[in-house]
Amino acid sequence: MESYSRRWFLGAGTAALASVGGLTACGSSGGSGGDGTLTAFVYGDDAAKIQVKSVNRFNASAAAKKAKGSIKLQKVPATDYPAKLRTAMGSPNAPDVFFNWGGGSIKAYREAGQLIDLTDVIASDPVLKSGFLPSVLASGGLDGKNYGVPMRGMQPVILFYNKTVFEEHKLQPPTTWDQLLDINKKLKKANITPFALGGADIWPELMWLEYLVDRIGGPQVFEKIKNGDASAWGDPAVLKAAQTVKELIDDGAFGKGYSSVGYGNGGAPAVFAKGKAAMHLMGSWEYSTQLGKFPDFAKKNLGWCAFPKIEGGAGDIRNVVGNPTNYWSVNARTSNKDAAIAFLRDSASLAYTKELIANGDVPATSNAADLLDASPNPEFAKFQYQMVQQAPAFTLSWDQAVDPNVATPMLTEVNKLFVGKSSPTQFVSALKELK
Amino acid sequence: MSLTQLKGGPRDDAGRPRPTRRNRAGRPSAALAVPGVLFFAFFALAPMVLAFYLSFTKWNGLGDPEPAGLANWRKLLGDDRLTQSLTVTVSLTVVSWAFQTVISLLLGVWAAGRQRNRAVLSAIFFVPFLLSSTAISLLFYALLDPNFGIIHKDTLGTTSGAFLAIVFVGGWQFIPFHTLIYQGGARQIPEVLYQAAAIDGAGRLRQFFSITLPQLRNTATTSSVLMIVGSLTYFETVLILTQGGPGTDTAILPYLMYQAGFKSYDFGYASAVASFLVLAATALSLLMVKLSGFGAMRSTREGM
Repeated sequence: MESYSRRWFLGAGTAALASVGGLTACGSSGGSGGDGTLTAFVYGDDAAKIQVKSVNRFNASAAAKKAKGSIKLQKVPATDYPAKLRTAMGSPNAPDVFFNWGGGSIKAYREAGQLIDLTDVIASDPVLKSGFLPSVLASGGLDGKNYGVPMRGMQPVILFYNKTVFEEHKLQPPTTWDQLLDINKKLKKANITPFALGGADIWPELMWLEYLVDRIGGPQVFEKIKNGDASAWGDPAVLKAAQTVKELIDDGAFGKGYSSVGYGNGGAPAVFAKGKAAMHLMGSWEYSTQLGKFPDFAKKNLGWCAFPKIEGGAGDIRNVVGNPTNYWSVNARTSNKDAAIAFLRDSASLAYTKELIANGDVPATSNAADLLDASPNPEFAKFQYQMVQQAPAFTLSWDQAVDPNVATPMLTEVNKLFVGKSSPTQFVSALKELK
Repeated sequence: MSLTQLKGGPRDDAGRPRPTRRNRAGRPSAALAVPGVLFFAFFALAPMVLAFYLSFTKWNGLGDPEPAGLANWRKLLGDDRLTQSLTVTVSLTVVSWAFQTVISLLLGVWAAGRQRNRAVLSAIFFVPFLLSSTAISLLFYALLDPNFGIIHKDTLGTTSGAFLAIVFVGGWQFIPFHTLIYQGGARQIPEVLYQAAAIDGAGRLRQFFSITLPQLRNTATTSSVLMIVGSLTYFETVLILTQGGPGTDTAILPYLMYQAGFKSYDFGYASAVASFLVLAATALSLLMVKLSGFGAMRSTREGM
């Protein structure tokens, strides 16, 4: 234990020193020197290989020479990304261009004056302006202004189901809440858990509330909350959604051990793929997760549908929640704004779109629709593309939409609701306190 | 001592050698401590001072910290989660101490024997300590999966389950280390004591309670101080295994600090928690040293 605590202190000390280095140097010019090389931070998962190619293509292009700049890509290990970005942005080693989730994830940077407002840049540039689906482009902004350019696939949350289990028990994917409850009843009789849920990670639990609040009260309920009105948590739709979650839990819809099941370590996907659970509410990346772990299941037995609508609810069944996509944003302290913006244009290029599609992603670019036949699973890709294209509203995942200092306690409250530590009423009153 | 004795140097009334200038000169010069002191000052003291300073500011990691007076400290003392964290931290410390001490004491005494099988097994028992806490926590996280793991129950979803899981995983990792301490301690016990006891007709159990245990008093103090101070900074296991859950039931102080700092980016408040942790840990170790007589440690061989 001694060695442990020493290591801990060292780590904490280094971190503190690093941040102080950042402190004292604040106000000096940011970016990475005047040699024209710009740094870009990207979330370092498998998909980053597409950004690597994009950077290489840009560095060799005429546009880069014209802007006298080149990009150096830095892959940041995935789980550490938000914290690493925050520390870097407060230091002289801030990236010039960086990956983000839009919305709440960039709010603090905007308030600190660290973001370039891209509204006019996009409006005056035909490549960027007509290059992306408007709803996706808008979701990356704040208060109607654009701060980011879409650069990855769309990630709507979808209700996945196991086709084999559904056929065996003569079930149809639900379109209404009553149908869903009826399916639950039949599945439980057959000793199958209706829904897989990776409750140990908490964010999969949040997806249920996001969709329920949308279907019950419509997208404007969360829109108000997102804009900083904490009293909007008091909307009856939030309470109704929490009660519905409670009913599902009491009814055994998620089975018994869901709080100990993780998504990240493959627990929930395995329960689903092996037929122990019949459905799984998850982001569109579930397809590639299953393709990696249970390829046969992903190719033959994975079915998908929209989250059912709720009778008497205000939300349209076509409404979508999730992460519209990821974005590149530009640091206001960059030494070469022209080069940074020239680089962003590559995300709208045909070559970039094709690479995303080949990777199984569904790009948010407007030219994607005709190219989806080249996807490893054209049927799923088209479903996703249409789902987002036709959505009257695309609600950004709550934990990405609100400020991190609200998101953290919010996730704690969600977890308390799901483990039964707080009742739906307590849940709502705790959320109203969040500021 | 032997040097002055041999040369018939100055002695006090009791005949003990008096310290002389030469004696003192024999100790290493203070300059040799400089690298250690600098290292400690730079990597431990400086960050502590900075954290203390930050605890009086409002800072989200961007721009300059704004002075916030006592706001963070007021918030900390009024925070329900602090009380909960303290309770969890204290119970985790106490339960971990009891669990680890009993097992490592027994294992250590057993391993002190010179038999070859014991040497081999001790080497194997030591392996968990060589793994990183992160690897161990990930391993147990997978083992506790209710569908594919070894316990088909909602272990991490219940308060007691999650708590015991942390105690167990911590024990699994650190028992080998404390076993080693006890093994070393037990090997120091002179064989003659056992021989004398055997002549007096004492059985194994009696020998254990009347010789081994009292002789390991100082070893136990060392091990306990390490365990208790270590428990206060227990972190990776909680982060990976439970994330402070279910709800906030296993959110110990270091986790609270991490959450405030690197999830909510409220570095002012996180620094207040950190400073509080430093104060609490210092007070606790001083108290332990005082109560256990660790500072004035006497030999266990007095009178032999």
